[in-house]
Amino acid sequence: MPAVSKGDGMRGLAVFISDIRNCKSKEAEVKRINKELANIRSKFKGDKALDGYSKKKYVCKLLFIFLLGHDIDFGHMEAVNLLSSNKYTEKQIGYLFISVLVNSNSDLIRLINNAIKNDLASRNPAFMNLALHCIANVGSREMAEAFAAEVPRILVAGDSMDGVKQSAALCLLRLNRTSPDLVPMGEWTARVVHLLNDQHLGVVTAATSLIITLAQKSPDDFKTSASLAVTRLSRIVTSASIDLQDYTYYFVAAPWLSVKLLRLLQCYPPPEDTALRSRLTECLETILNKAQEPPKSKKVQHSNARNAVLLEAIALIIHHDSEPTLLVRACNQLGQFLQHRETNLRYLALESMCSLASSEFSHEAVKTHMETVIGALKTERDVSVRQRAVDLLYAMCDRSNARQIVAEMLGYLETADYSIREEIVLKVAILAEKYAVDYSWYVDTILNLIRIAGDYVSEEVWYRVIQIVINRDDVQGYAAKTVFEALQAPACHESLVKVGGYILGEFGNLIAGDPRSSPLVQFNLLHSKFHLCSVPTRALLLSAYIKFINLFPEVKATIQDVLRSDSQLRNADVELQQRAVEYLRLSCIASADILATVLEEMPPFPERESSILAKLKKKKGSGKLPENVNGSAELHAEEPAAANKASPPPPTEVLALNPTPPAAAHSLLVDVFSDLSAPTAVAEDHLSRFICKNNGVLYESQLLQVGLKSEFRQNLGRIYVFYGNKTASSFLSFSSWVSSSDVLKTQLNVHAKAVEPVIEGGAQVQQVLNIECVTDFSDVPVLNVQFRPQQEVQKIFKAQHPMETDAAKAKLLGFGVALLEGVDPNPANFVGAGIIHSKSAQVGCLLRLEPNTHAQMYRLTLRTSRDSVSQRLCQLLSEQF
Amino acid sequence: MQFMLLFSRQGKLRLQKWYVPLSDKEKKKITRELVQTVLARKPKMCSFLEWRDLKIVYKRYASLYFCCAIEDQDNELITLEIIHRYVELLDKYFGSVCELDIIFNFEKAYFILDEFLLGGEAQETSKKNVLKAIEQADLLQEIKTLMVYQKKYM
Repeated sequence: MPAVSKGDGMRGLAVFISDIRNCKSKEAEVKRINKELANIRSKFKGDKALDGYSKKKYVCKLLFIFLLGHDIDFGHMEAVNLLSSNKYTEKQIGYLFISVLVNSNSDLIRLINNAIKNDLASRNPAFMNLALHCIANVGSREMAEAFAAEVPRILVAGDSMDGVKQSAALCLLRLNRTSPDLVPMGEWTARVVHLLNDQHLGVVTAATSLIITLAQKSPDDFKTSASLAVTRLSRIVTSASIDLQDYTYYFVAAPWLSVKLLRLLQCYPPPEDTALRSRLTECLETILNKAQEPPKSKKVQHSNARNAVLLEAIALIIHHDSEPTLLVRACNQLGQFLQHRETNLRYLALESMCSLASSEFSHEAVKTHMETVIGALKTERDVSVRQRAVDLLYAMCDRSNARQIVAEMLGYLETADYSIREEIVLKVAILAEKYAVDYSWYVDTILNLIRIAGDYVSEEVWYRVIQIVINRDDVQGYAAKTVFEALQAPACHESLVKVGGYILGEFGNLIAGDPRSSPLVQFNLLHSKFHLCSVPTRALLLSAYIKFINLFPEVKATIQDVLRSDSQLRNADVELQQRAVEYLRLSCIASADILATVLEEMPPFPERESSILAKLKKKKGSGKLPENVNGSAELHAEEPAAANKASPPPPTEVLALNPTPPAAAHSLLVDVFSDLSAPTAVAEDHLSRFICKNNGVLYESQLLQVGLKSEFRQNLGRIYVFYGNKTASSFLSFSSWVSSSDVLKTQLNVHAKAVEPVIEGGAQVQQVLNIECVTDFSDVPVLNVQFRPQQEVQKIFKAQHPMETDAAKAKLLGFGVALLEGVDPNPANFVGAGIIHSKSAQVGCLLRLEPNTHAQMYRLTLRTSRDSVSQRLCQLLSEQF
Repeated sequence: MQFMLLFSRQGKLRLQKWYVPLSDKEKKKITRELVQTVLARKPKMCSFLEWRDLKIVYKRYASLYFCCAIEDQDNELITLEIIHRYVELLDKYFGSVCELDIIFNFEKAYFILDEFLLGGEAQETSKKNVLKAIEQADLLQEIKTLMVYQKKYM
C-alpha cells in the first residue's frame, strides 16, 4: 500500500483533478472549472453550515484551480476559518491557501494574524511550525510588524523544540530580508550566534543561514560568529563520515552546513588570532586534500556534494586573498576541473578561475591554463560554458598574452551566439586598447571588429577608436591607409563608413600622395557609400566633405557640385539640408586662411576613463573587470565639423608628478586659477621624500592635499593615494589617473581604481593604485588630478535704488571690473571680469548681474578661483544696487 | 534561493514556490520565460545558466524539470543537491514518485517542501527528520480514510 494512504485522500478532489486531466480542450477545461466554481460558491453560500472536511476539500479545489493559472476571487474567508480549526490537516490546508493566495486581501490580514498569534502561543510544536512557515512564506510588512518581536523570542527560548527553532530562524531571515527596518537587533543577537554550537545540526544549519544574512548587514554585531564557525567547520571536516549520521550525504559530512559556514566566513577578513587562523587554514587544506582522494562513491551526488564544499572553500580562499600557497593550490585544482568530463564542473571551474585571475598571487598560475580555455572556446557545445571561457580569457589577459587572446576572441566572434556578441565586442575593444603597445595593431583590431560584427559594435567603440587616433599622431597615417583599404569592400558596415569619414576628413592628406588614394579617389570612395547610409552618417559625411575642401583645394569644385545638387540642398531632412547649405556657403565666401582655421584638425581629447569600459561595467557590474584602461578620452563632438564649436572648458589640471606636464593640459580656466599654475616643482621636491619612506604628503596647496601610503611585495606594489579637500566647499567632477610614457608603460604596469567624482568640503577620498614592476625603470609615472572647485556664488535681491542701466554700469566700473559687452545674449545683463591682486596670490573674478525691472529684483552671480572671495564680493556688491 | 519551479516536459507547471515578493503577473512572465529557456536546452548541456541577474540551476528527473533561481554568491552544486534531496523526499514519501503523484497530491508536495526549505534556505537537510515531521502530521488527523488507494488515477 503506497505511503499516500497515510494522508487523507480527499476523494472529491481526486475526481475533480481526474476530470480536468481528461478534458480534451482548453474550452472543456474552462467549462469544467466554471462548473466547479459555481458548485463551490453555492456550497459556501448555502444555509447549511459546512463541516471542516468539506470546507478543506473545497478550499483545496480552489487552490488547485488557482495553481492551474485561473483567477480566484472568493474562498479566502473559508480558508481563514480553517486556520482556527483544531484539526491539523484542516489548519494545514488553510495555511497553504493563505501562503499561496494572500496578496491584496488586506481586510483579512487582521484575522490571519490573529490565527497565527493563537497558534504561536499554543505551545503545540506542530501548530507553531505551521504558523511560522506561513509568516516565512508570506513575509509581508504587516506580518513583520505583527511578529518581528515574537519570532526572535521563540528562536532563543530555552524550551522551544528543535524543529520550531529551525522554522523560527528561517522565518526571521525572511522577515529580515523583506523588512529589515522592522527587525531590530536586541539581546537575542548574542544568543543566536551561540546556536552555532547547538547539538542539533538542523538547528545549526538554519541558524547559520540567518546569521549570514544578519552579518552581511551589520558585521560588527556578529563578529564572534567567525570563530564559532571555524570550530564547527573544523569538527565537520575532520569527522569520520558516519559520525554525523543522517547529516552525511552520500559519504560527505554535512555538505549544506559546510557550505554555509564557509559562506559565513566570507563576511569577514581572515581571523587575526593566529591559532584560529591556522585552524582555518588546516580546514581549507583538508578540503583541498580530500579532492585528491579517490571518490567514495560513483554517484554524481557524492562528487557534487564534495565539490560544492570544495568550491565554496576556494571562494573563501579567494575572498581572503592572503595565502599564496592556498591560492595556487586552488588554481591547480580548478585547472584539473577544466578538463573534467562533467560539463557542470568545467563551467564552475571557468567561473571560479575568473576571480582567481584578479588576485596578484594567482594571476600567473591562472595564465598557465590559457590553452585549455581557448580550447574550451572552440569545443564546448554549450553556449553558457563558452561564455564563461570568454570571461576568463578577458580576466587573465595582460600585456604578455593580449595579442593571442584578442586574436582568439576575434576568431570566436565570427561564429559566436548572437546573445553574447555585443559583450565580446566590448571586451575585445577594451583589451585591444588596454594592451596596445603598437597602435596600428589596435586600429586593425577595431576595424576587424567592425567587419566581423558591425551590428554589435556600439557607438562607444567607434567613438573610442577616433579619440585614440586623434590623440596619437604616430598612428594617424596608418589609420587613414587602413580605413581607406577597408572601405574598398563593396559592402561595408555603416560603422566603418563613419570611422572612415571621420578619419579621412581629418587625416586623408596623409595618404593623398599615393595616386591610388588621391583626394578625388578618396572622395569618390566615401561618396559611393553616401546613399546607402542613414541620416546621422550622411551628416557626418557632409562634414568630412567640407574638411576635404580645406585639405584638398583641387577637389573643391567637385564637392561644391555635390553640395549644390537638389538631393542635398533640398533634402527633406532639416539637418542634412542645413549642413549642405552652410557648408556650400562657407566654401564659397571664406578665404583659404579662414577655412583653415574653421576646419582645423580636431584638438586632442582630454584623457578620461574609457567610455567603453563604463558601458561594459553597466552591462555586467564591475566585479570581474580589470581596474582601468590607460587610454584617452571621451568623445565630446561627434563629427569633424564640430571643431568650430566651442567645447565646454575642460576642468583644471592641477598636478603632475612629473616636471613635464602632459600634452593635453590645455586649460581655458588657467588664468582664473593662477595660484595653482606652478605646483609641479613642489611635487617634484616632495617626490624625493618617498625614496626612503613609504608614506607621507606628496603635494599640498591651498585647495588640495595629496597623501600616499604604499606597500610592496616582491614585484608588486599597492599605493593608497589620499586626496583631501582643504576647502569648505565640494570639489566637483573630480578624477585622477596615472599616465606613463610609452617606454615606462612597458616597464611598469599601473592600474588605478576609479574615485568618487565629488569630494565634500573637508573630506578625504582614497584611491588604490596597483602596480607591477616589469623591469627596472628611471622615468616617473604622472599622476593627473583634475577637479572643479565649487567657486560660484549667487544671490537674488531686491533693488534698493532705481534700476537705471547707466547708474549700474557706473557702479560696476567704479568697483573695478571691466565690463564685457556682447557676451551675454541678453543686452540688459552686465557681464564683468577682473583680477584681485594680493601679495600671496592673484584671484580671477567673473561676474554677471541680471536686472529684472518687472520684479524690481537683481540676480548676481560671482565666480572666482576662491570660494571666500566669491562670497565676500557677492556680499559687498549685493548691497550696492 | 529566490524561487523553485517544477514543470513537465510539455511545459505544464506542476509546482511553484516563490521566496521573494512578486506580482502574479511577474510570476507568470518569469515562469513562461524560464520554461521556454530550459526546455530548449539539450540533454548534455550544463545545469547552470545566467538569467537576468540570477543563476538558474535545473535538473530533469524523468518527465519533470526541477528549476531553482539562486543569487550571485550562492553555490550551484549544493543547489543541485537540494533538488536531488527534495526528489528523494518525494520518492520516499510517495514510494517511487511519479509526475502523477505530484499532480494528485500537490498539497503534500508543498508540505514536504516547506519542511525541507523555508525562506529559500535549507531548514532541515536530514531526510529522516523531514519525513518524521510529515508523518507525524499525517498521524495527527482524526479520520483515517480506509479508502483503498490504487496507484491508478484515471
